[in-house]
Amino acid sequence: MRSLSFQEVIFRLQKFWGDQGCVLLQPYDVEVGAGTFHPATVLRALGPNPWSACFVQPSRRPKDGRYGENPNRLHQHHQFQVILKPSPLNVQELYLDSLRALDIDPMVHDIRFVEDDWESPTLGASGLGWEVWCDGQEVTQFTYFQQIAGYELSPVSAELTYGLERLVMPIQNKENVYDLDWNGATGEKAMTYGDVFRRSEREFSGYSFEFATTDLLMQHFMDAEKECMKLVEAKLALPAYDQCIKASHLFNLMDARGVVSVMERPSFIARVRALAKACCTVYLEQL
Amino acid sequence: MTTADLILEILNEEIPSRMQLNAAEGFKVAFVKKLAELGLTCGEATCLITPRRISLHINEIPVQQEDRIEEKRGPRVGAPQQAIDGFLSSTGLEDLDDCEARMTDKGEFWFAKQYIKGLNTAEVLPQVINDVIRGFTWPKSMRWGRNTLPWVRPIRSIFCLFNKERVSGHLDLGSDMVPLGTVTYGHRFMTSGELQPIDYFSYRELLEENYVILDQTSRRAKILEGITALAEKHNLRVRQDEGLLDEVTGLVEWPVPLFGRIEPEFMVLPEEVLITSMRVHQRYFALEDETGKLSPHFVLVSNIEPKDGGEAIIVGNERVLRARLSDAKFFFEQDKKQPLELHGKGLSQAIFQEDLGTMAEKTERMVQISQFLAQHLQQDPTQAMRAAALSKCDLMSHMVGEFPELQGIMGFYYAKLGGETLEVSQAIADQYKPKGFQDELPKSDVGRIVALSDKVDTLVGFFAIGIKPTGSKDPYALRRNAIGCIRLLETMNGLQIEGLIKTAYEAYAPIFEKTAATVCTLSELIGDLREFFFDRLKAYWKEKGVRHDYLEAVFAVAEQDAFEVIGKRVEALNSFLNGSDQNGEKLLAAYRRASNIVRIEEKKDQTTYDDQVNQNLLADEAEKELFGILTKSTESIEIDMQQHNFQNPMKVLADLRPHIDQFFDKVTVNADDKNLRENRLRLLSLIRGTLNRVADFSKIEG
Repeated sequence: MRSLSFQEVIFRLQKFWGDQGCVLLQPYDVEVGAGTFHPATVLRALGPNPWSACFVQPSRRPKDGRYGENPNRLHQHHQFQVILKPSPLNVQELYLDSLRALDIDPMVHDIRFVEDDWESPTLGASGLGWEVWCDGQEVTQFTYFQQIAGYELSPVSAELTYGLERLVMPIQNKENVYDLDWNGATGEKAMTYGDVFRRSEREFSGYSFEFATTDLLMQHFMDAEKECMKLVEAKLALPAYDQCIKASHLFNLMDARGVVSVMERPSFIARVRALAKACCTVYLEQL
Repeated sequence: MTTADLILEILNEEIPSRMQLNAAEGFKVAFVKKLAELGLTCGEATCLITPRRISLHINEIPVQQEDRIEEKRGPRVGAPQQAIDGFLSSTGLEDLDDCEARMTDKGEFWFAKQYIKGLNTAEVLPQVINDVIRGFTWPKSMRWGRNTLPWVRPIRSIFCLFNKERVSGHLDLGSDMVPLGTVTYGHRFMTSGELQPIDYFSYRELLEENYVILDQTSRRAKILEGITALAEKHNLRVRQDEGLLDEVTGLVEWPVPLFGRIEPEFMVLPEEVLITSMRVHQRYFALEDETGKLSPHFVLVSNIEPKDGGEAIIVGNERVLRARLSDAKFFFEQDKKQPLELHGKGLSQAIFQEDLGTMAEKTERMVQISQFLAQHLQQDPTQAMRAAALSKCDLMSHMVGEFPELQGIMGFYYAKLGGETLEVSQAIADQYKPKGFQDELPKSDVGRIVALSDKVDTLVGFFAIGIKPTGSKDPYALRRNAIGCIRLLETMNGLQIEGLIKTAYEAYAPIFEKTAATVCTLSELIGDLREFFFDRLKAYWKEKGVRHDYLEAVFAVAEQDAFEVIGKRVEALNSFLNGSDQNGEKLLAAYRRASNIVRIEEKKDQTTYDDQVNQNLLADEAEKELFGILTKSTESIEIDMQQHNFQNPMKVLADLRPHIDQFFDKVTVNADDKNLRENRLRLLSLIRGTLNRVADFSKIEG
């Protein structure tokens, strides 16, 4: 039996969670480091209103780029993000059913919930939960959000973040991410992960480690910071939040470029956190 | 009285392994305590715990509360009628005649006795369950859904039987209600459907049949047995790791060990890297061959009996380990490309402590302190200074970035590879030792010097800017650090800590000039640290079972001692006084007879009798004899004291007992002749003074 292609895994997860009543969204079109930064997660987790959504989020981690040469590390990986608010009582069962929907049989594979509390200093957010292991591989981050931007959340959302590359590698029994079958096609239509992304990995690694103009990044960072606060003043939470995640990504780029000293790090993180806090505050006010 | 047993199982989403054992004990204690508060004194209680359930069983709980009388204090006698009426109506009594007026230390008050009918335990239990669960604290807890109850992870269901019957009620989560039900569930994957135990026996049996080993102790034993047998099957041994065994016990309900392989290409990595990688990320047990060499295999413990015999699980885990070890190997090779010293360049960017500068600055200070220590030990300081200079470089390596617990170890390997002497390399490896009282000391003088310079530097810096442990809070582990210092100081040839603290304090000068924090003076610091060290030393001996009054006795005279000398005093005193012979008693009796009267007379006369005995004033034979023996012993006692041999002086003075008795029989201390009297008191004071050089025996009780 042919194993599931990368895109088939996405289809099945979308179908599964769509059938559970999740709003199927598209990736957010601003660079983010994780699906959590998508406004459909951070902002919607605030306040009392119920919300369920799922989406794929390409997640950029400039520092993890390896010019397309490391079998496991990528500057951009893909997360399948599910947000369930309030967290349903049977959320673990639903999650396990989603694995079954990917033909992962928990009587053949060793599925484990291992303590892993989650924290995002840039968002001022934290939660408790697990990393879910499948045969020793961490395939999902499972978190009950407790706080965002310093606000205690009520109701609590459950966030399930599947690391798609990590999930598909064991499904396809591949050692190298670039060998993954992306579309399940044959002949000249057959596309591997490498066919789709290797060039982008190589070029973006070059950008983030060698060519990004650091002064410009700093300038952009300050511009984004300024714009964000201006939009906060105007009570435009969502556009303000876009500037906040832009600042966060710019910080990540400067970090990868090696121009953020260990001593400066905390203050940059604090600056982004202040933006996130301001955006979330306005978002809550306008609910 | 009729009693019955209670089974309470909380089925939970996965509870972190590290919290389970304390939680089981704490939950049991809290529950039993709550029952006792309600007049329900129960029999034996056990609490078993798995990743998914907290299972409490309590025997011999009375099925009904006793009727009881509760007393309620009312208003003051003579209080306004309104207050009296309020009190009466709140107690249901009609008249003050039913109350008692009683004097208390705050005045005279009215007291009412209320007769309270005992309830059925089954009616009380739901409230008990709610109270205990709501009142229980986890190291970290969370909320879920719309609920307000803080708990470690969401509670899914509750199974509860009292006296083999359903207890009707709910656990109130704040929004959702969890019924106290009569069904439970087996293993998450290996079985399905509801289980309906009718009593504790069938509860245990049904769970076992449904792939849950409830008892953590049995589960641990089963894991150990399983992994040992699997290793033996391949002629290997499990590398002992109690901590990992504990952790794995808290990760599975039905442990099934499986055997995996490590690719030979990774065996070039240092053993510690392989083991750490397997242990920290994957919770695998490392295996070794009969010579103790690490074997290219591992054992993992899965939570299911897999349908395919384990093929998929092993393939998956081996793949993950390969990826992990490829990373480790990559880091190792990258790190090796440059000498250790060059890794250290980044230390000037790494913060030691916000107000105390960078790790590079710390390293410079450690070099200075190491030089001081080596010179104190009359050694060539070159090796120690070199080791100190390189000690923190590995913190900037890729490998330690990935595995912080390999700090020191990687420094050792990279130093050795870079051609540093074995002594320097080993000192880098040993710099974090000893971690507490049990841990071994660094192997060489150089190692001990570097380890001490690191610890002293941290303590001096933190204390100087006022960061000290308070109560249970010690986020920088300064107490453990101090214990390390004490143990290392014991090997430093009588080094006095004042000099060491001064050296460390002066090394901080450039930092103290620019820091935003308030810095205390050197003499304040020495006082603070001395007290801190003494507290730690006392804690250490107390933990070893030495009586606190013995410690008070020693510490009263040890103000100027090096720590090793204090240790000798404590050991000598403890073994002398606790010895099986009569010497301890003899000594105390002698001391007390001699010192009591001196103390009393000194107090009366408002003076001390510590000056020299005048031999010419010794009149009686008995006092001459006592003085003669004391004088004769003085020389040997002097030598003993210099050699820190504290047993002998005590023995000599214990042997004085008959002479002292004879002295008191024959001699009148409070003689009419003032000169004779004072001289006799001086003689007795000499006994006290001699003993006080070992310890202050007046502190010893009973």
